[in-house]
Amino acid sequence: MTAAQAPARARPPLWRDVRVLRVVGQAAALVVVGMLLAWLWSNLQNNVDSLGIPAPTDFSYLNQPVGQSIAGSDLRPTQSRLDALQVGLVRTIQIAIVGIILTTILGVLLGIARLSQNWLVATFARIYVELFRNTPPLVVIIFIYLGMFINGGFLPRVGDAVEIPNLLAADIRGISVLWVSFTDSPWPYLLVLVGAIAVGWGVVRWRNHVQDAQGKPTYPMLSGLVVFLAMAIVGWLALGGPTELSAPSVAENGRVTGGNKLTPEYAALLIGLVLYTASHVAEITRASIQAVARGQDEAAKALGLSAGQRLRKVILPQALRVAIPPLSNQYLNLTKNSSLAVAIAYVEMTRVTSDLVANGAPAFQAFLLLAFLYLLISLATALITNFINGRLAIPGR
Amino acid sequence: MTAGGVTTHAGAWIRQNLFRNARDSILTVVFGALLAFLTYRALSFVLGEDWEIQRQNMRNSLVGPEISGTDLWAPVIGIWLIAAAVGVMIGALDRSQHADQPGAILDPLRPAHWRQIAYRTVARLWPVFALVVFILLLTGSTTGLLVTLAAMALAFLGRAAGVRLPLGSVRWAALATALAPIVAVLIIRFGFGIDWNDWGGFLLVAFAGAAGIALSFPLGIFLALGRRSKLPVMKGLSVAYIEFFRGVPLVVLLLIGSLVIGLFLPRSLIPSEPIRAVIIFTLFTAAYFAEVVRGGLQSLPEGQEEAAKALGLPAWRITSFIVLPQALRNVIPAIVGQSISLWKDTSLMFIIGLAEPLRLASAFTRQPEFRGQGLITLTLFFAGLIYWIVSFTMSRESQRLERKLGVGQR
Repeated sequence: MTAAQAPARARPPLWRDVRVLRVVGQAAALVVVGMLLAWLWSNLQNNVDSLGIPAPTDFSYLNQPVGQSIAGSDLRPTQSRLDALQVGLVRTIQIAIVGIILTTILGVLLGIARLSQNWLVATFARIYVELFRNTPPLVVIIFIYLGMFINGGFLPRVGDAVEIPNLLAADIRGISVLWVSFTDSPWPYLLVLVGAIAVGWGVVRWRNHVQDAQGKPTYPMLSGLVVFLAMAIVGWLALGGPTELSAPSVAENGRVTGGNKLTPEYAALLIGLVLYTASHVAEITRASIQAVARGQDEAAKALGLSAGQRLRKVILPQALRVAIPPLSNQYLNLTKNSSLAVAIAYVEMTRVTSDLVANGAPAFQAFLLLAFLYLLISLATALITNFINGRLAIPGR
Repeated sequence: MTAGGVTTHAGAWIRQNLFRNARDSILTVVFGALLAFLTYRALSFVLGEDWEIQRQNMRNSLVGPEISGTDLWAPVIGIWLIAAAVGVMIGALDRSQHADQPGAILDPLRPAHWRQIAYRTVARLWPVFALVVFILLLTGSTTGLLVTLAAMALAFLGRAAGVRLPLGSVRWAALATALAPIVAVLIIRFGFGIDWNDWGGFLLVAFAGAAGIALSFPLGIFLALGRRSKLPVMKGLSVAYIEFFRGVPLVVLLLIGSLVIGLFLPRSLIPSEPIRAVIIFTLFTAAYFAEVVRGGLQSLPEGQEEAAKALGLPAWRITSFIVLPQALRNVIPAIVGQSISLWKDTSLMFIIGLAEPLRLASAFTRQPEFRGQGLITLTLFFAGLIYWIVSFTMSRESQRLERKLGVGQR
């Protein structure tokens, strides 16, 4: 009866039906974007035809010889452009890894210094952060490269090299630092080192476990370190000293010999990226430490932990959890900012590509490939971050 | 008595903050020496060097080498316009914030308030004033001094007018302030007919930064809404756009804009190089703005949208009157942070060869009278100083805003 009285629910007219509108709207959006892309594509083909350059899908340019060499690499001009790009990719990844390690050390130290109770230390860190956070990274890099290394007299002329004996020697050709190199195949000793790290880590875990169970100090970090060092030294002796130190020195004629030579371009890029990114890492460290509830520190104090113990065992582990997402963002920024190398002629992935294009490689394909490689790096970083985040997250929150 | 009290006070402060224990004392000595050394180096650099090269090239640094003669009035008029509009805005804001206590409104026309107005302005903008004073002292230009004084007078009068506007007009004042830079750009480009390719120096990067922010913000909001949309096509397109532009370095995008974009357009439609750079900045920053706005949208309790739906508001009204205003308010500091990033990114125009301050800085050292004297340290320092002062001022304003809005303290 009620059913008979209720008016039959008429469907609204088509142009007011939400379900229809959704489908139509999305289809329209697809059509518009598709038409835009098709228009751009047809322009591209027209332009390519009229200019007589390879078709946009033709990647055969990668097999042609580079025709030039790359400073500091043993790439021969007869090798392919693909090989050159590979050298660039390796260098981008290398500068990212070295940069990330140095940035983390400097940034975390500055972040902790920013919260120091010592006024001078805190002020120093604050001035540093305000100075570098607000300066474009390109300005930092170019200032170090052109303003200090090349023209500022920070690096002396060839023949007048300066040195900190056995550690560092520098002239305008580059900065040579003390370096460890392997006499022959590095693998046996690297395996020993990996084993030593694993055993040392196991000792740390075990001593920690004993400490938790018995409540007596067992010095886990110290014992782990001793075990690691003992294994590393015994292994080194057993393998007959597989490494040798190469110390830089200034010869009679004032030229630098030995050591690992960093070109001014590489040094300027690395120092610039590290100084700039460290200011951001410092702010992240500070904010993360401040995000740890006050009660945590007070409770640790009540338990009688020293300032260092509180920082290492209570504050930093919790702060790390807050810090990881923004930190990974900064690491990714550093990696992407390594492309600023184009401005100072350090040859990495972007510079290789722009050099290839300047030497006749088709611009569209070359830059498409470059963008794709950076996207891969970004994707890899995101995956690693998500993995670490998942491991560190507190279950149930 | 008081003197003694102050001494013990200072003594206690020093002991507490500098020499609490042996380790602390060592740190104090080491960092004190380091700070003293760096301050000495910085001061001897700024005061000891011969700044003749920067003095002669000041105009080039500020507006680029191509703008000269009567055309110089174009940027000056632009600055005056913006100064007056900002004055009106500050006055109107001051009035609306103290609507319930009219006595607290600072009126520039009442001499009793001058000290406080001066004090507050200097406290907020001292880095900019320091730069202006440095420039005026260096060049000793009377015209420059008069232009600066006129700009300050206009801001002052604008504030007086802003205080006198009716209460509800804050949003009109805000709109006028937002329009002022646009009008300034139109005057310079079309009123004086200065071609885009002739813009240079500080003028060029300020234009690129401001235009980039103004254009990318709406696009960013649009993308953020798209990413949160339940419609798979909208969501997919937005995600693809955002992830592409966030995954590729801006340097690469600018190179693409400079070398590849031309291939995608008919010859007649290819914009000039500075405009292409602005387009790239816009597309790039929009992806980052989208993520910022998405954060704001996610921070909003769902009840807001549900309540609005229950009231029977149509979807577009819910978005534009309920959701967005609250979501954007929550992320104002992040928006300012992103704007600072864009400002710093404008330096990348160096890479595509535009007459941006860094490129000009190295060009000055190739002038016949300055060639080969290693003067690039000076000119680069000045270019970097311009970049630093603007973003430092913006970041101070953002921190002030953060404290005022109490974001993160609720």
